[in-house]
Amino acid sequence: MVAKKLNLKEKYRALTRDLDWDYDYADRKKAFPYEEFEGIKITDWSKWEDPFRLTMDSYWKYQAEKEKKLYAIFDAFSQNNGHLNVTDARYVNAIKLFLTGVSPLEYQAFQGYAHVGRQFGGAGARVACQMQSIDELRHVQTQIHAMSHYNKFFDGFQDWTHMHDRVWYLSVPKSFFDDARSAGPFEFLVAISFSFEYVLTNLLFVPFMSGAAHNGDMATCTFGFSAQSDEARHMTLGLEIIKFLLEQHEDNVPIVQKWIDKWFWRGTRLLALVGMMMDYMLPNKVMSWKEAWEVYFEDAGGALFKDLARYGIRMPKFVETTAKEKEHISHQAWWIFYTHGHAAGFHTWIPSAEEMDWLSEKYPDTFDKYYRPRWELAKEMEDRGERFYTNGLPQLCTTCQIPMGFTEMDNPTQISYRSSDFEGEKYHFCSDGCKHIFDEEPEKYVQSWLPVHQIYQGNCGGADVETVLREYYKMNLGEDNMDFKGSPDEKRWNEWKGKGVA
Amino acid sequence: MPVVAITPDYKFEAKDRFENFHGNQIVYVGWDHHLMFCAAFAYPLPPTTTFADLRDKVMPEGFAVHPEYSKINWETATWLLDNEPFKPQLDKSLEEQGIGHKSLLRFQTPELKGYKNAGV
Repeated sequence: MVAKKLNLKEKYRALTRDLDWDYDYADRKKAFPYEEFEGIKITDWSKWEDPFRLTMDSYWKYQAEKEKKLYAIFDAFSQNNGHLNVTDARYVNAIKLFLTGVSPLEYQAFQGYAHVGRQFGGAGARVACQMQSIDELRHVQTQIHAMSHYNKFFDGFQDWTHMHDRVWYLSVPKSFFDDARSAGPFEFLVAISFSFEYVLTNLLFVPFMSGAAHNGDMATCTFGFSAQSDEARHMTLGLEIIKFLLEQHEDNVPIVQKWIDKWFWRGTRLLALVGMMMDYMLPNKVMSWKEAWEVYFEDAGGALFKDLARYGIRMPKFVETTAKEKEHISHQAWWIFYTHGHAAGFHTWIPSAEEMDWLSEKYPDTFDKYYRPRWELAKEMEDRGERFYTNGLPQLCTTCQIPMGFTEMDNPTQISYRSSDFEGEKYHFCSDGCKHIFDEEPEKYVQSWLPVHQIYQGNCGGADVETVLREYYKMNLGEDNMDFKGSPDEKRWNEWKGKGVA
Repeated sequence: MPVVAITPDYKFEAKDRFENFHGNQIVYVGWDHHLMFCAAFAYPLPPTTTFADLRDKVMPEGFAVHPEYSKINWETATWLLDNEPFKPQLDKSLEEQGIGHKSLLRFQTPELKGYKNAGV
């Protein structure tokens, strides 16, 4: 006799694995056309261990509870003019960067997981990816709602999806995800679930969410806590995909290693933007980028790769470069943005004297020697009334698309130039890592939509920078861009705080 | 190595080939050990541009703001073209002296150490 109510285990089976069926008249290979072309060999999908242990009905219930609380806090934040509690209006620029650079990636993740959630042959993997896909859609929505309050009071929040698709520096995160989503389903999971969510995600989430907490941003901070349990599940999926692939067939090992090498480097380049956010954009610092890298990558990641060694997986290529880069990249990245502050959709500024002392303390081997002089020059010019905005467009890296402002790590006053020739064309890169990625798959990156070249090809609405910014990027010039000093954001903030005009 | 792709003929035209720039070529120019400029500049120029025009008309737009720029002695400055030593000929065009589309020109002024001698 069948029990009227299923027990938990039966219910779980019925709502996950039992959703699969055998193919008796259709060709299974045609039903899952993406499964084999990457060269990954799966011998037994039943060995997949479901990472989430969650059924859709309990998922709805659980998330609905969380969301009820989250939106109650958003309401309270808004009714109490929560924006007035942030440390200083400069902070808000960090979340402008988050909304335009990161939230759209949540949406890309939603699309990516929805796609692979259809394409894997194993029901367990499909269900996990579908659930993550819904998580990602929720994340983009809750982030928009968390930040919408700021849109009423600060510039630069108004056209974030449009900007994400077009603005020069946002092509860095956008092309990162485009690259992952245009890969096969297994590479997508190794790229996003493992390399990004498992290995590097703390370096994105902790800085922004602890940064929000340290700077009085209740809305963003609450979103972060609400997303934390989802992120924990996503990390479990990242680890499961790696273990599953490595245990299924030894031929998978070199393929997986190649993807880890690629996506670790792509991830570190993307995180340069987070590094500068931590070191320069947060008025109240959480920790330095260098410290974060040591805790969340070197210690945690080091232990992980020790565990993976038994499968024949080694540390990602170029990891030794990152050990040197942690001393430099946040400073180099913020200088790129500071000197292009006329073309950024958020405000930039020179760090204050106290902030520079903090940087000296956190970077005793590099800040005073290499970076303080840059800020002293900038200050000298600002004091003369000639705030430095560079005049001209920069050379970009073909792979990561960041302006080529990173240096040789053993010679930090010399820009690192790398290049490759492919089918009669020259390509330039910021690093050995980015060159290596290109050389492995040149046909992919010859398609790079490099913002500077696109402007020169006449594809961005105009020939001069101002027209591109106004017409093509839809920036409100004089409001969204330029230095924080003298911005409408600063003026309003001082009025609200009764500080008068600076 | 070729891309592992689901389509057998994964092939695309280079997005940044010369034909797409309406008669211009891209030339990158960087000043070594002068990081006031975060990166080399990218210039769209007709291949018939003379080196003198590049150096004396185009480059100052971006570079002249540097406190050391006016002190450069162009007689002793050295150049690299695509990482090879290069002697520019002022009256010759870019194409006549092998400065191609997406070529990188770097110049060195070892006597000028940058702002506060810090390579800035």
